[in-house]
Amino acid sequence: MTRFLIQRFVQSLIILVLVSVIGFFVLNLAPGGPLSQFSLSPGMSQAELDRIAAQMGLDRPLPVQYLDWFGRLLGGDWGNSFRDGRPVLEVIGGHLPATLLLMGSSTLVSVVIGGWVGVLGAIRRYSVFDYLATIGAMIALSIPTFWFGLVAIYVFSLELGWLPAGNMYTIGDQSLSDYASHLVLPTLVLALVNVAIWSRYMRSSTLDVIGEDFVRTAQAKGLSDWRVLRDHVIRNALLPMITLAGLQLPTLLGGALVTETVFTWPGMGRLFLDSLGYNDYPVIMGILMFSAVLVLLGNLLADLLVAVVDPRIRIS
Amino acid sequence: MTDHNKHNQHRGSFDIFTHPTRRQALGLALAGAAGMMLPWSRGGQVMAQSNQQRVIIAFSQEPTVMNPLMPHIEVDEGIHWNLFDPLFRIAPDGNFIPALAAEVPSVANGGISSDGLHWRIKLREGVTWHDGTPFTADDVKFTIDLINNPSFRASRRQGHELVRDIEVISPTEIGWRMERAYASYAALLSSTFIVPKHLLGEVEDPNSAPFNNAPVGTGAYQWDARVAGDHISLRRNPDYFDTPAVIEQAVFKYVPDLNVLYTQYKTGDIDFTGLQGITPDHYEEAKNISGRTLLELPAATIESVALNLGRPQFQDPKVRQALYLAIDKASIIDALYYGLPTATESYMPQQSRYYNAELPEQRFDLDAANQLLDEAGWERGGDGIRAKDGVRLSFTNSTTAGNQVREQVQQFIQQTWREIGVEMSISNLPPAVMWGEYWTTSQFDSVVVGINFLTGADPDVSDYFGSRAIAAQGGAGQNCFQFANEEADQLLADGGANQDPEQRLPIYLRLQELIRDELPMLPLFQYTNLRGHREGLEGFENNVNLRIESWNVKAWRWS
Repeated sequence: MTRFLIQRFVQSLIILVLVSVIGFFVLNLAPGGPLSQFSLSPGMSQAELDRIAAQMGLDRPLPVQYLDWFGRLLGGDWGNSFRDGRPVLEVIGGHLPATLLLMGSSTLVSVVIGGWVGVLGAIRRYSVFDYLATIGAMIALSIPTFWFGLVAIYVFSLELGWLPAGNMYTIGDQSLSDYASHLVLPTLVLALVNVAIWSRYMRSSTLDVIGEDFVRTAQAKGLSDWRVLRDHVIRNALLPMITLAGLQLPTLLGGALVTETVFTWPGMGRLFLDSLGYNDYPVIMGILMFSAVLVLLGNLLADLLVAVVDPRIRIS
Repeated sequence: MTDHNKHNQHRGSFDIFTHPTRRQALGLALAGAAGMMLPWSRGGQVMAQSNQQRVIIAFSQEPTVMNPLMPHIEVDEGIHWNLFDPLFRIAPDGNFIPALAAEVPSVANGGISSDGLHWRIKLREGVTWHDGTPFTADDVKFTIDLINNPSFRASRRQGHELVRDIEVISPTEIGWRMERAYASYAALLSSTFIVPKHLLGEVEDPNSAPFNNAPVGTGAYQWDARVAGDHISLRRNPDYFDTPAVIEQAVFKYVPDLNVLYTQYKTGDIDFTGLQGITPDHYEEAKNISGRTLLELPAATIESVALNLGRPQFQDPKVRQALYLAIDKASIIDALYYGLPTATESYMPQQSRYYNAELPEQRFDLDAANQLLDEAGWERGGDGIRAKDGVRLSFTNSTTAGNQVREQVQQFIQQTWREIGVEMSISNLPPAVMWGEYWTTSQFDSVVVGINFLTGADPDVSDYFGSRAIAAQGGAGQNCFQFANEEADQLLADGGANQDPEQRLPIYLRLQELIRDELPMLPLFQYTNLRGHREGLEGFENNVNLRIESWNVKAWRWS
């Protein structure tokens, strides 16, 4: 177990360094740079832009800039945002709660609904319900999120007036019920796609288990259908879902680019898009490294969890 | 009891955290997921009611730079104007109004010497910073020094770099010498916010001072809070030196998507649509929303087709004239911009006192354009494209990729130019690339671009049309057209050194005539911005001389 963890740790470090090198250089390959947004400002000239670039150290050779950045990173300094000058970790930390709230609630909704749709589709294979679920999943996966989001706002906010048209809370209210009412639409829009994904996985996973000998044995013992399903089928079918959940961890914290934009949600997805738009290199690199760590961590957690939950698997 | 539970009992371990059973592990995972979610409740009525103590202004870009002297974008200024004051500010009519200065310096009142070299400014008494510290001439000196500080990332030093020998005469009087007369300096000062010495002067690095995220100014509003990615909140400053603000709280909300911004304007979630407001395609509908007031605000930005005169295709003035004749301006404005903008012949906004209304009006005339090119010896080749001395009238046109209306304008111009034997291919670039060195160092052939040529209301455009402002030729400025003209240089030099508005007027009228004749850029129209606010919000005033509408929130009130 310890050896496994050490191995994983070393592998992860190598991957992280690779990610940072590729990310840094690709980012800087794109022409334009962080100062181009100011070039149309009144009175701004190339000479002034060059001066500011030099003051920010952006005129140095790329490898020097990279080593400087990486050296600081090792010392725990993730740099400061080019936009508001705050430390990158503080910037990321400021956007995490909003994303956690939205992604957490939508994941919960999609796992619960998607799981049941998948199981029901599997045990009533080729039934009307199964066909409807399959078609529904295909449609949900094909609809662009921004379109669905705008339609949802149009119907539920503008026409019916039931729910707010985006934002995380009403400025000046911020009660629990206010948060909750703002959470409904983006959660459902995000969950729609995820329900589709989870139900498809759960369906095929359940189908795999249903064909197993131990299920037939359980039925032969005279257990009720419900108990067979609950104790033998679903439990085993959930095992692959743990891996899937582990892979979902990065998206959980990485945010949803489109949904957060449409619903004016101040989360990680927005931060990433805005940082890209302004070429805020330190923040982009910060998010990149943060996501890379999450991916590695998610995989590790999934592997460990599967071993914990499934007695047939032992880590060595 | 199931087989699995028997197995677990056999292991004899029930410590859920160190050795969870499968059921316990699943339970833990679910509990964790549930913990992320707050309890649900019904939505309730959400059509927001206006709050008399608060105004919510929405921007489609996020204001992040709170040190007003550092590089920033328009929306940042939307906050700065409420937090800070310049020495004097520019009114909508173009006149200066004293702010931190007791009076606007001029040659007449002795504030500026007749040669423009010596300045002396009396400051207002009894002004305090938001933290209670008195404002003095030392703060003014500190601000100009900071801008010129080599290690400080000042957004621009233009004008300030000419200031020498700043002298604090008394806590309420300051003077300095200019290296050379520079008439635009007053306009630059009118948008230079004074920052506090006691907060920025004592820190090790002003680029990363705590002040930059918790600004302290002298303005009608003071800093309250920022929720990154969401909004900035300001509170009324009861001790403001002028008439204090009426509305207690000003909230600047970031709504990244323009469709959503418009929707939230309709639902009443926001009270005022700031930059970039309502898109022209919503114009018709927006006129008729009950409970909302639509504003059509002229802006100083001029849309044009900028030509790179460094390219051989554009060196013949006849070609530039023919290209201009072959633009169907009226159709572009009416069909693509819903009739909102105003056609123009000048780079100067029509609200300016220096605007030349006598310029010849462009007409759309393909025959005349063809004739002009025929006479000038540009002959059509086998493919219908004209050429002369080995130069084909073929070039690219670029603008910000994704700007759909501009892309339609390009396609429209492409078609009419094709009819006079000109081949224009569209080559659009993402904003960061487009307006990077591709633009500033004249690497383009032609560009559709909106430019605000003026600094405040000052008519000096040396930066855009002076031959020493061509970055591609080593100059410092924004003359991306590479326009070089002796008469223009002379006019700009004369106008730039003259402090008298009456004497400057004929100079800049002539300059506009010259630019209209030479056509380094083919002027299309002056922008009209669509903004809107909730009915009952009063006191809004547009200021064409500024880049942002929320410059005067202190005068806003609810009826």
